[in-house]
Amino acid sequence: MTAQARPSAGALFIAFLSIAISGFGGVLPFARRTLVERRGWLTPDDFNETLSLSQSLPGPNVVNLSIIVGSRACGWKGSLAAFAGLVGAPFLIVIAFGALYSAFGALPAVRGALLGLGAAASGLVVATAARMAEPLIRREPLRAGPFIVGAFVAVAMLGFSLPYVLLALAPISIAATVIARRRA
Amino acid sequence: MKSAGSLAALALQFGGLSLVAFGGANAVLPEIHRQAVEVRHWMTDEDFAALFALAQAAPGPNFLVSTLVGWKVAGFPGALVATAAMCAPSCLLTYWVAGLWDRYRDAGWRIAIGAGLAPVTVGFVAASAFLLVRAADRGWALALVTLASAAFALASRRNPLWCLAAAALVGASGVLG
Repeated sequence: MTAQARPSAGALFIAFLSIAISGFGGVLPFARRTLVERRGWLTPDDFNETLSLSQSLPGPNVVNLSIIVGSRACGWKGSLAAFAGLVGAPFLIVIAFGALYSAFGALPAVRGALLGLGAAASGLVVATAARMAEPLIRREPLRAGPFIVGAFVAVAMLGFSLPYVLLALAPISIAATVIARRRA
Repeated sequence: MKSAGSLAALALQFGGLSLVAFGGANAVLPEIHRQAVEVRHWMTDEDFAALFALAQAAPGPNFLVSTLVGWKVAGFPGALVATAAMCAPSCLLTYWVAGLWDRYRDAGWRIAIGAGLAPVTVGFVAASAFLLVRAADRGWALALVTLASAAFALASRRNPLWCLAAAALVGASGVLG
């Protein structure tokens, strides 16, 4: 982040609040639009780099992004403000949805709407998986393919607990990356 | 006390998942599903699919499905505990690492870890997709909705909310079962 673009905690809160409530069905595109294009707090390169850091750490990616952007702007107060802006309103909205669901979930029309919603929402995750897999398979099919398939089969087909699969596969996959890069 | 016990179970489950959720909440969804439906019997498969759908339809980050699982298990306190447990460990780690980041930005090991984790993460997200489709698609009409929605998201740059809204309307009319 450049020196002239150092937002205050209040500005961070407002910006991430607006990102959160406009981010129906995926927040990331809105985060980019707000932070890079509208506010100019990050250059496009800053954004990509910050995002890749957010993605290489555990935890929800956009939440990590808010922590990093906030901490670079004004330390832990910035992180806290950005996080609260991002999560506060959606937290309350989703609980209201849940309450409506338990009040009216038994009505046939609501039940039908949720069935349709669930089917469509699962389709969006299929699309996300395909989008994520495509560049890896195109660029390095032999290195990435076995780990994609292995992780999928272990969790989806064999029902293994995810943390164990991660502990088993990640070190091998990282080692394979290191070896491939040494050869290149 | 039942509620204190379930709050502790929520804190443990989501707190642990927070630190292995490489690639975000979608990557640990199979584990949330396994624990909530199969291991602890907090809810049925249909409940889980509905909660996931609600979380997707609400604005904001998609880890909110953990908020709803917490809410379903132990009401508002459950929602708070699940959300805090899902976020706090990874947030603290991220805050700490962000401070070191500039120093190690171009380090080979950092790049290797990122590149090595990527395919495993993609496999987990694919597993999430599989489990969600299995939970949501009871019958060919629903499978068709899933297919249409995936195609829409891949082919169009429009907001996916359109797709969710259309599917909800079709469902409300009663043709999906």
